[in-house]
Amino acid sequence: MHPLATLPKTPEPGRRLTGVTADPEAPVASRWSSWSAPLVAIAVGLLLWQAVVWSAWKPEWVLPGPRPVMLRLWSELRSGEVFAAARITLGRAALGFVIAVLCGTSLGIAMSKLRFVRNALSGVIAGLQTMPSVVWFPLAILLFQLGETGIQFVIVLGAAPSIAVGLVSAVDHVPPLLERVGRTMGARGFTLFRRVVFPAALPGYVAGLKQGWAFSWRSLMAGELMVFMADKPSIGARLHFARELSDAEGLLAWMIVVLSIGIVVDLAVFGRIEHSLRARRGLSEER
Amino acid sequence: MISLHSRIARHVTPEPAVSVRALSRIHGRGEQRVLALDGIDLEVRQGELLCLLGASGCGKSTLLHLIAGLDRPTCGELRVCGGQPAVMFQDSALFPWLTVAENVAFPMEMHGVAAPDRKRRVRELLELVHLEGFADHRPHQLSGGMRQRTALARALAQDARVLLMDEPFGALDAMLRDRLHDELERVWSRTGLTIVFVTHNPREAARLADRVVVLSSRPGRIADEIDVAIERPRRIDSPEVSQLAARLTDRLKEIIRASARNPAEDA
Repeated sequence: MHPLATLPKTPEPGRRLTGVTADPEAPVASRWSSWSAPLVAIAVGLLLWQAVVWSAWKPEWVLPGPRPVMLRLWSELRSGEVFAAARITLGRAALGFVIAVLCGTSLGIAMSKLRFVRNALSGVIAGLQTMPSVVWFPLAILLFQLGETGIQFVIVLGAAPSIAVGLVSAVDHVPPLLERVGRTMGARGFTLFRRVVFPAALPGYVAGLKQGWAFSWRSLMAGELMVFMADKPSIGARLHFARELSDAEGLLAWMIVVLSIGIVVDLAVFGRIEHSLRARRGLSEER
Repeated sequence: MISLHSRIARHVTPEPAVSVRALSRIHGRGEQRVLALDGIDLEVRQGELLCLLGASGCGKSTLLHLIAGLDRPTCGELRVCGGQPAVMFQDSALFPWLTVAENVAFPMEMHGVAAPDRKRRVRELLELVHLEGFADHRPHQLSGGMRQRTALARALAQDARVLLMDEPFGALDAMLRDRLHDELERVWSRTGLTIVFVTHNPREAARLADRVVVLSSRPGRIADEIDVAIERPRRIDSPEVSQLAARLTDRLKEIIRASARNPAEDA
C-alpha cells in the first residue's frame, strides 16, 4: 500500500471511484465483445443448421431450414400467438416458482438452523434434486387429474429442493467470523439470521434460485407436453399440436420461443441480480 | 446513551472491568485434548489499556474469546462489568453488503437506539476515526487501514465499557500500524474505555499498554506482568518504548525456550 494512503484526511484519493463506477475505457471493448460473441455463435449455429438441411439428410418437411422457421416464428409473433401462449406458460411458471421459493426457502432455513431437520432431510432432498421431475407426472395426474394443480405440484417438487440446498450450502459458507461479530454486537436468534447470516449468504441463495428456476422451467415444459389442456393454448400445447400435425416448421419455431425465454430470464433477471449483488460487494471480476 | 466525554469519570472506579479467576480451557476431546489455558488469574482495571503478549498459539486469543463470551471456560470464574464487551478482530469483519455508515450503525440498531440518535452518533464516530467523507462507501472500496478504523468506530458504537482487540493491526504494514496506534491512544484517552489488546508484537505492547501481561505457551499461563509508566502520548521510536520492547522481547524468548524444554503438557 502506498504510504500516502494512510494519511487520515485524504485516504487514497485514486481509489474512490473504483468498484461501482467503471473505468471509462475498458467497457467499450468488452461490451462490444459481449454482444458480438453470442451473435457469432448464433450465426455459426444457423449456418450449421442450414448445412444439414442442404445435405438433404432428411426431407425438408421433416427438417426445414432456418429461413422458413424464422418466417413462421415472425408470423406467430405478428399474430400475437406467441404472446398469448407465453402469457399462459409464464403465468404458470411464475406461480409455481413463487410457491417453490416459499417452500424451498422455509425448508432451507429450517435445515440450516435445526440440526435434526437437516440430518433427517438432507439425504431425501439430495435424492429429490437428482430425480427427473417427469417421474412425478403419473402420480400428479392420478392425484389431481389433468389440470393446473398437477402442473404446479411438479414444478414445486422440481424447484424447491435445489432452492433449499442452495440456501443451506450458502449458509454453510458464511464466514464464521461474521456470525461471531454479529453476536458480539447483540444480534441473537432469528435477528442474527435475518440481519447477518442471510445477507452474507445472499449470493449463494440467488445461485440456488437460478437453478431452481431452471428446474421449474424444465418441469413446466414437460408438464405442458404431458398434461395438456385443449382450452389453454400454452407453449407446451403448441409443441404438442405441431407434433400431432407433423408441422415441423411450427415445432422448431416454438422450440426457439422456449429457448429464447430461457435465455432472457437467465440473463435479464438472474444475471442482473447476480451482477449487482457482486458489484456491491466488490466481487465482480471486471470493474 | 452515555456521551463520549462523561465516561472519563469512571476511570477511577475501583471495581475491576474484567475479573478472571482460576480460569482454564481445554480444547478438543479424548486423545487430542490440549490444555490451552491453565489457571489464569487476571484483573483488568476500569479505563486500563492492558496488553496480552505471547507467542502464536499461546492461548491469548482463546482468553480474549472467553472474555468476549464467544467461548465457554472449562473451569474457573469470569466476570465482565457493563455487559457484552465490544470486540475487534484482525480481519475487520465488516459486513460487505452494508455501507460504512450502516456498518457503524449496526450495533446501535441491535440495541434499539432510535434512528435520529443513531445518525448523529454515526457522524460523531466517523469524525472520531477520520472517515467523515466515507459514510456511503462500501467496505471493499476502502483500504485495509480504513477498514480497521471503520471496525473501531463500529466497536465504539456498541457503547460497551470494555473493548477487546484481537491483533487488530496485525495485517497492516508498519507505517499504517503506527498511525493507528496514535489514533487508538487518542480515542482511548477521550473515551475512558477499558481495552484488552492481544498482540504477539512486543513493540506494539510497549507502545500501547498501561500494563503488559506476558503469557507462556502450552499451557497458556501468566508468566509475567509488567506495569508501564511511560508518559503518553508515546512514540513507537522513543528510547523508553524501544527499551521496554527489547526487555519484553527477551522475556518472550526466554519463555519460548523454556516451553521448548518442557514439551506440550497435555491434560
